[in-house]
Amino acid sequence: MTRQSRSPKLISIPRCSTRRLFLGMVCLALYNIPDGAFAQSTRDTIAAVTPRMVKIFGAGGLQRLQGYCSGFVVSPNGHIVTVWSHVLDQGEVTVVLDSGRKLKGKVIGAEPQLDLAVLKVEAEDLPCFDLDTQIGTAAPGTRVLAFSNMFKVAAGNEPVTVLHGVIAARTKLEGRRGAFDIAFPGAVYVVDAITNNSGAGGGVLVTRDGRLLAMIGKELRNAQSNTWTNYAMPLPDLKTPIQDIIAGKYTPPVNPLETPDGPRRHKPLDFGLVMIPNVVPRTPAYVEDVVQGSAAAGAGIKTDDLVLFVNNELIQSCRHLNEVLGKLEDGTAVDIVIRRDGKLQTIKLAVPKKAE
Amino acid sequence: MTLLCRCVWTACCLVVLTPCSWGADPVVVSAQQQRVAVIEKVAPSVVAIFAPGGAGGGSGVLISADGFALSNFHVTDGVGDFMKCGLNDGVLYDAVIVGVDPSGDVALIKMFGREDFPHAKLGDSDLVQSGDWTFVMGNPFLLATDFQPTVTYGIVSGVHRYQYPAAGNILEYTDCIQVDTSINPGNSGGPLFNADGDLIGINGRGSFEKRGRVNSGAGYAISINQIKHFLDHLKSGRIVDHATLGATVATDDEGNVTVKDILEDSEAYYRGLRHDDEIVSFGGRSIGSTNQFKNVLGIYPKGWKLPIVYRRKTEQTEIWVRLRGLHLLSELTGEKKQGPEPQPKPDEKPRKDEPKDGPKDSQQPKDGKPQPPPMRGHAAPPPPPEHLKKFHVKKTGYANFYFNQLEQDRVLKGLATWGSYEEARGRWKLTGKIGEATKFEATLADSGAGLFLGKEAFLQEFSDLVELRDEPPGTGGLLTAWHHLRLLLSKGPKSFTDFYYLGSEPFDGQGETVDVLVGALAGAESHWYFSRQTGVLLGYDFIRADNQDRCELRFQGMQDFSGKKFPKVFQIRHADKSPALYQIEAIDFAAPGNDTK
Repeated sequence: MTRQSRSPKLISIPRCSTRRLFLGMVCLALYNIPDGAFAQSTRDTIAAVTPRMVKIFGAGGLQRLQGYCSGFVVSPNGHIVTVWSHVLDQGEVTVVLDSGRKLKGKVIGAEPQLDLAVLKVEAEDLPCFDLDTQIGTAAPGTRVLAFSNMFKVAAGNEPVTVLHGVIAARTKLEGRRGAFDIAFPGAVYVVDAITNNSGAGGGVLVTRDGRLLAMIGKELRNAQSNTWTNYAMPLPDLKTPIQDIIAGKYTPPVNPLETPDGPRRHKPLDFGLVMIPNVVPRTPAYVEDVVQGSAAAGAGIKTDDLVLFVNNELIQSCRHLNEVLGKLEDGTAVDIVIRRDGKLQTIKLAVPKKAE
Repeated sequence: MTLLCRCVWTACCLVVLTPCSWGADPVVVSAQQQRVAVIEKVAPSVVAIFAPGGAGGGSGVLISADGFALSNFHVTDGVGDFMKCGLNDGVLYDAVIVGVDPSGDVALIKMFGREDFPHAKLGDSDLVQSGDWTFVMGNPFLLATDFQPTVTYGIVSGVHRYQYPAAGNILEYTDCIQVDTSINPGNSGGPLFNADGDLIGINGRGSFEKRGRVNSGAGYAISINQIKHFLDHLKSGRIVDHATLGATVATDDEGNVTVKDILEDSEAYYRGLRHDDEIVSFGGRSIGSTNQFKNVLGIYPKGWKLPIVYRRKTEQTEIWVRLRGLHLLSELTGEKKQGPEPQPKPDEKPRKDEPKDGPKDSQQPKDGKPQPPPMRGHAAPPPPPEHLKKFHVKKTGYANFYFNQLEQDRVLKGLATWGSYEEARGRWKLTGKIGEATKFEATLADSGAGLFLGKEAFLQEFSDLVELRDEPPGTGGLLTAWHHLRLLLSKGPKSFTDFYYLGSEPFDGQGETVDVLVGALAGAESHWYFSRQTGVLLGYDFIRADNQDRCELRFQGMQDFSGKKFPKVFQIRHADKSPALYQIEAIDFAAPGNDTK
């Protein structure tokens, strides 16, 4: 399914007896807890984790683009961690707690480069994960449970879906800039269960005894082999950004894991442009909405305009538009060519100051 | 070399420190042996179903020694009335369709050739919990050409799941079990076993979406407890229907489920349920979401009686309501297609060697409608064996009327204890009293029935031109109800225009299991309730017209009248009235032909 580096090379162990011993060790490492005890502790873990999971409903519903995802509660007063996706595009979502309570959730912060978003609902005394004490790490071979509302199977007060599996690898998805389209730059857990389905993003991977390992990522398809990768992003990498967002002191770096203090880039929203959800690798850069009173509104850009050129560079997709706008400097002028009703129009704009 | 030494040394330490030798942990070995033992125990009951020509098929599981097996409707619907069934003894058996539940996606078949078929033990699916280990066995991708079932192993991902009917068909999975155990096309109709090998569900559906029609981590099984409710209905050979309350509900943000719409001719309305009432519990389960409400509705056949507790302001009320049918027969038989047929998407086209009738995509079905076996390049399927043809009788509304006749014959034997009514074909005169004071005299004849009740007289004529009335008023039509009893006892099932075995239900919603026979005549119906245990007729309901409150007659004690047994007391119930007790003191049977009043 995915590229794995440095798999154990059993073949290189020379003697038969040594190999047997080695295999025995592997067996012991994998299966040192009896099956009966597993079932019992699986039930306990499920009972402990399920009340901390939420179902999130937001933007989407077009084509095969689901308008839902999963999340988990990290503070008793309603902070919820989920995966950054188009579901959150409106800034406000419906959060359904395990109890069936429906609440309005607001995006209070996000780091798209970590595929991370934090929501807040107005509630008190919610069952929650404690990021300071409950996070752990695990090695390949560890048996895990995955919790998510994949396929929107659960509704209302129904508990989310739980899958079982084994960590197959902990590795960087190295081809992510090519075949894999993943923002997260660190090593991820790859699992043998089919965890990353529609709506599973924002779910959690836990050990059998309930240690919180990672957040399940969005669906990820290898465009070359048409295979799907099941992975989750380790929470130790996400913990600080989550806590900073909650504390209100998070400043998004350009590359949050490598250059934490880099400059912030221009985004369409800085011009007052809300683009359509970036759903496919080459989503055409259509304007979904224009913020009233913004530079774009003042210059006459309207909903449904297609952005074709920025400073004479052909804009191939929403993602490309982000890249091109990201290169602009404060206070310079920019020429944008849009297509409206089959006709091209050139619009001149001053690059606004970046919003904080 | 140093690394190797260290490796060997560590391994030696481990071997010394652990009680077992360098094999696997004995607990693991024993768990594995247990799994192997369970698989060996239950695999003989797993059926590989093939269409007669070999084009298409699925899975099934035997549930009785005489060869009854469960499968999915969407499997049997694709393979025809006669099919070939392989077991892991390597033998291919003949089988015939018995009964189907199209919207619940269940089918019952009967295999021939043995009286000692290995069969699965039915478990209790209400005890299943998330995290329980399960086995799925069956015939995925029709791999079991040697009839050895494929086994997959996984956990329960969720229970009491509700899966909407897919667009363009009526298949609805209610209260189902979600598993991460691999379910693929061809597993449809096969068993879901718990860790002990008890049958807890029938696999039939999966969420696939964009990854093609292969397991994507979410499979669904129809709970065996739902199937238990329907099993006798399926044995009736009928095309059975699910139920509706005649009311719809909605959930608010706080998780309260309230009545949004209610039909004014529904029993729920008659019993007092109204718009905006909050549903507290239904069928004994507390209700906190619309899906939970639908889950309860979905597991019961049409006609079953369930308790509902509802709250209005602060007052809480319990009522018992009989469920009405969900579909028209034409919808169940697929005569009336609704909406456009779903178009297959390129990446979801089944491969040529895949079964045509695998599990459905729960979100976006691609093959929701029954598909005929592919005929291109194939000869027509061979006809059923000559000696088996008698086991299938076609009739509208039935998958196989043959089995209804069998069940009718079985249940009607319960009337033998009443003695012979052969000679009692003339008019009947019943005399007795209601309570202590009011005397009554009823006369029952082919042309009409009359009743003197104290100083009042009531009459019901039986003719095509005369409507059946509620006579005496407030009973639900007692005169015609008695007329039906007279017809059944003296002239038998043939005196009704339609007569059939319905299935079974709990008596009055909560009593012992009763077999139900139905006799229909002139737009009215009687439902006769026979004790499953003793075969005795306990009473019956008379239904004057659709959506009317019934006249419920319950027998209290039997007495002897000139060699014939007849109830001592009829308890007559109707709507919300308190029951009346009609005590029979004498009954006079006129000779046949003497039909005057």
